[in-house]
Amino acid sequence: MTIAQFVILGTALFSIGLYGVITRRNAVLVLASVEVMLAAVNINLVAFDVYLADQLYAGQIFTLFIIAVAAAEVGIGLAIVLMIFRNRHDADVDELDLMRY
Amino acid sequence: MVPASVSTLLPILAFVAEEGGEGGHEVAVQVGNGGALAQWAWLIVAVPLVVPFLIVFFGKKLPFKGWELAAGTMGFIGAYGTALLLANAASPIATEFTLEVGRIGSFAIEWGWVVDGLSIMMYFLVGVVGFFVFVYAKGYMEGDIRFTWFFAAFTLFAGGMLVLVSAPNLIQLIVGWEMVGLASYLLIGHYWEDYANVDAGNKAFMTNKVADAALFIGAIIMALSVGSFSFADMLAVVTAQDASSPLATFGFWAGLMLFIGAMGKSAQFPFHVWLPDAMAGPTPVSALMHAATMVTAGVYLLGRIFPFYLDPAGLFGGQVRVIIMIIGGITLLFMGLLAFVQNDIKKVLAYSTVSQLGYMVAAMGAGAYTAGLFHLFTHAFFKSLLFLGAGSVIHAVHSNDMSDMGGLRKRMPYTYATFVIGTLALIGLFPFAGFWSKDEIIASLYEVGIEGSGAGWFVFALAVAGSFVTAFYMGRAVFLTFFGEYKGHAQPHESPRVMTYPLIGLAGFAALAGLLNMPGIATPFTSWLAARRVPMGDVHAQSINWGLVGLVTAMLAVGVVLAYRIFFPDRVTQAERDRFEIPVLYPLLRHKYYIDDLYMDGIVRPTMGPLASAVLWVDMWVVDGIVNGAGVVARGLATAVRWFDNRGVDGIFNGAAAATGGSGSVLRLFFTGKVQQYAALSFAGVVLLAVLFIIF
Repeated sequence: MTIAQFVILGTALFSIGLYGVITRRNAVLVLASVEVMLAAVNINLVAFDVYLADQLYAGQIFTLFIIAVAAAEVGIGLAIVLMIFRNRHDADVDELDLMRY
Repeated sequence: MVPASVSTLLPILAFVAEEGGEGGHEVAVQVGNGGALAQWAWLIVAVPLVVPFLIVFFGKKLPFKGWELAAGTMGFIGAYGTALLLANAASPIATEFTLEVGRIGSFAIEWGWVVDGLSIMMYFLVGVVGFFVFVYAKGYMEGDIRFTWFFAAFTLFAGGMLVLVSAPNLIQLIVGWEMVGLASYLLIGHYWEDYANVDAGNKAFMTNKVADAALFIGAIIMALSVGSFSFADMLAVVTAQDASSPLATFGFWAGLMLFIGAMGKSAQFPFHVWLPDAMAGPTPVSALMHAATMVTAGVYLLGRIFPFYLDPAGLFGGQVRVIIMIIGGITLLFMGLLAFVQNDIKKVLAYSTVSQLGYMVAAMGAGAYTAGLFHLFTHAFFKSLLFLGAGSVIHAVHSNDMSDMGGLRKRMPYTYATFVIGTLALIGLFPFAGFWSKDEIIASLYEVGIEGSGAGWFVFALAVAGSFVTAFYMGRAVFLTFFGEYKGHAQPHESPRVMTYPLIGLAGFAALAGLLNMPGIATPFTSWLAARRVPMGDVHAQSINWGLVGLVTAMLAVGVVLAYRIFFPDRVTQAERDRFEIPVLYPLLRHKYYIDDLYMDGIVRPTMGPLASAVLWVDMWVVDGIVNGAGVVARGLATAVRWFDNRGVDGIFNGAAAATGGSGSVLRLFFTGKVQQYAALSFAGVVLLAVLFIIF
């Protein structure tokens, strides 16, 4: 297994996630796509940690942090989406342009 | 010797006290320094300089509207003056205290106070006569619209007069001289609603200014010749008979110029014109300033530098003396004559004052220091008494004109009695005050004549004739005012006690003051006045010349009898009296010898017209030109500044605002509110940065 295979996997996942974030109209799916992007980053961190044989395992520990932060982020993100849905009966991000100038 | 009390008060100023009787020259009397009483005499000057401000600022809140402060001040001066007079009588005092307040080149400008026989007499006079007049003025000025201001200005006059008489040098003398001039101007114009009064004030001020110019010139010549403004330094040169001093070269001119200054203040011919007009002021002012004290300042100046004028060797001002004597002689007779035709009772007294001042000046010119100043002393009492009596009458009949009076003898008994005492003192009836002082002057003039001076005989004749003139016009005034039928319209009544008591007090002095100097019998006044730091060396009669007394008494008897014949009611009717006009003399007197007209048409109008035109021209073309030019320049500058402001400063601000607004309207197009677009743009940015990172 070469590092290139992990990098390609990470890039592919990141691209899929980015595509999902930009194109999905449902807020729940956008959040899910963000999770895919974070997974790509995690794969990248673990792969390079092993490849560089870091004595402190910084990449792997950092990955754990990212997983924890991602969980918290999904919790808050879903709560916000839920509130929006309750108020508007819709969760289409194209319609959510309250922050316009 | 530094008195501890004063030096602690004025620690910064170098304090120089000079002992009396220094210098080693022949000293006529042994004089002392007067001790603490003399050291603290500066209070006499300081108090009336402070009190006017207190009166102006707080007077109206006081129960007597400031009068109590003014009268208290005069009471203090009178008491202090009396104390000094008694101390001087006990043992002669002649000392002076000076503090240097500035310096011009080698000339020290000093402030100080002289305590010697002459200045003590003046302190006493200003205080005592002033106190009587101030008490009287409370009644006279009651209900006046500017009651408080009147007393402030009047007290300021006392302050100025005391600055003048306490002066140890010409500078301080001139300061006091101008202060009394200012007070005179303010008080003559007290009723300024009437333009005539303002005019009279201006006339007094301007006439005095002409003479003051000569006074300044004299002071400058004197200071440059002696090297000091101090009287003591000047008299030291005179006493030393130093013929090599520049004062010997310029003495005549210095003396003449100083005398012309004295002529202005003492209303001597031809500067007399202001004094009769000055009667426009309230009567107490006429009594204290224009009879008793201020107008005697000129005589006082002659007395202060008397040895300079006496000058028997003729080194210094000796040649001026004959001029002084002749001016005095002319004034005493011809100004007295003008009183014959005046109907205003105050103007009669005013011309009488001018005439009596002429006697004093003639005495100084004759070298009779004591006689001249003794007449100043007695005259202050009886003339202020006469003025206050006239004021009492005016107060009762509401008119100055004697044709509105008459028959007041019964209605105003106190005023009548005191006025008659004043009259007898003025005309010089034995044994009233004027007899002793005037007789001494006439005796001195007689002695000058005996010594072979033609001018002496001339002035002697004028003075003897003057006693007839005095008796005549005073007799006329008394008969017209107090006898016959009352011709006025108001209801006359005796004045309140606040006015009659000062009359009685002054009448006492007018009757008895002459006894202070009876030649050959008792002459305490002579030794009081002789308390000076240099010998005066004056001539005065050692005994009474009974022949002269007889001559003068005969003259005044003729005057009174003639006045009785003509003016006593019912002897001659008014119609006959009106027809009794001596062809040339009457119009001449009526028009005051045309001197006022001469000044008005000869000097004032020809000067004033072109001067006014010139001033108008300067005002229109120069002053207005400068002002308008400045306006045009300012407007041009303002236009430029406005352009810069509108285009430059505003341009920068507006440009900055427009740039911000424009960029904002472009940039806000990016903020669509679509989260995914933001995310895409962020990613695009990251990619761009990555690409740049890889390339560079």
